[in-house]
Amino acid sequence: MDVQVWISYALTLFILSFLYKDNPLYKLAEHLFVGISAGYYIALAYQETIRPNLWEAVVTDGHYWRIGAFLLSILMFTRYAPKVAWLSRWPLAFVVGMYAGINVIAFGSGDLIIQLQSTMLDFLHGGMGAISNLLLIVGLASSLLYFYFSREHTGALGVVSRIGVWFLMVSFGASFGYTVMSRISLAIGRTRDLMLHPLVTAALIVAVTVGLFVWSRRGGGADQEIT
Amino acid sequence: MIGDFFIPHAAFSRVVQEIQQWGLIVVSFTYLLGVVNILQVHSAKVQRRSPEAPYSIVLVVSLLGMACLGIFHDHKSADSPFIWLYNTVYDPLSATMFALLAFFITSAAYRAFRARSTEAVLLLSAAILVMLGQVPVGAAIWGPDSFLGGFPGVKDWIMDVPNLAGKRAVLMGAALGAISTGLRIILGLERAHLGGGN
Repeated sequence: MDVQVWISYALTLFILSFLYKDNPLYKLAEHLFVGISAGYYIALAYQETIRPNLWEAVVTDGHYWRIGAFLLSILMFTRYAPKVAWLSRWPLAFVVGMYAGINVIAFGSGDLIIQLQSTMLDFLHGGMGAISNLLLIVGLASSLLYFYFSREHTGALGVVSRIGVWFLMVSFGASFGYTVMSRISLAIGRTRDLMLHPLVTAALIVAVTVGLFVWSRRGGGADQEIT
Repeated sequence: MIGDFFIPHAAFSRVVQEIQQWGLIVVSFTYLLGVVNILQVHSAKVQRRSPEAPYSIVLVVSLLGMACLGIFHDHKSADSPFIWLYNTVYDPLSATMFALLAFFITSAAYRAFRARSTEAVLLLSAAILVMLGQVPVGAAIWGPDSFLGGFPGVKDWIMDVPNLAGKRAVLMGAALGAISTGLRIILGLERAHLGGGN
């Protein structure tokens, strides 16, 4: 049997063992997950950014000014030397300033204007579609008014903002339903995967159960509340 | 960055692109800073011989191992050890972690979804209708050929009208917030990110 199957199945069951209670098998899988993910993203940052944009740009293409970016990056590590720790603010200020500039335009043109444009809908013609369009406009306007905090929400503003809350609640409920279904579909996916090799799954379930039983008998997790 | 939007000139765009490359490089090095931080925290645990020390060793070894495999070996071909570890460890672990949330999200919903007010009833009804519209059993109870398109039709309408209205309001509010925060940072009114308070 493929060792890949055994490892991936075992790790899946280690994570699911958390449904019983926090235990060493879950902690092992959890720490492995954090380590592997961090290592994965470090490798990706090197291969996709540092190597082509810094190393190859300087060594192969002769873009020597990129050494400035390297020096700026190195300044971040001065935070470990208290005397010059203030220098670590420079790269931070550079990145925050850059992304602040990008965001002003990106959010302004990408979100605000486009969303407003998409809400300019015809609500006078088209039967049921027009009613939906009108509801969308009313919902957006009332929800936005709910976020207007410069005046107390009383009188007409109170009524409109309450309607806005209703739209927001429907939106939150719909998002919740969607999230639940996506998580359940992931759970079904993992279960189907485990069913591809039922003997391996059965053997590992027995092993994990025995392990948890022994751990529990030795007083493991006695301080945890079962919720 | 803002000027690039208003000055469509090749020379200016090149300068902006270079600044963006610098930003990408600096951001990539922040990952390294994060690794140094993780190593510091976990090596301290190992030195203290804390009960969590074996897990810290697992974390550090897996982090360094994965990073070295990705940096010093091929990181793209399907038979590389890096991709093998990704498929064997990272992929099932991340899928199961998110799948595990299904159980907790359901138990949280059971506790939170008490229909005590109009708002709670709306939230609960929308969630149930969307869930029923998503699964085959919903279509079996009230199919798409029936009045209003059945559960799938009702789900589509909720997603396209009231949900879109609420989502759009939140998105526009967030956009206004991001723009105003961005301007405050650029004008130096907001300096908390530098650790110096307001």
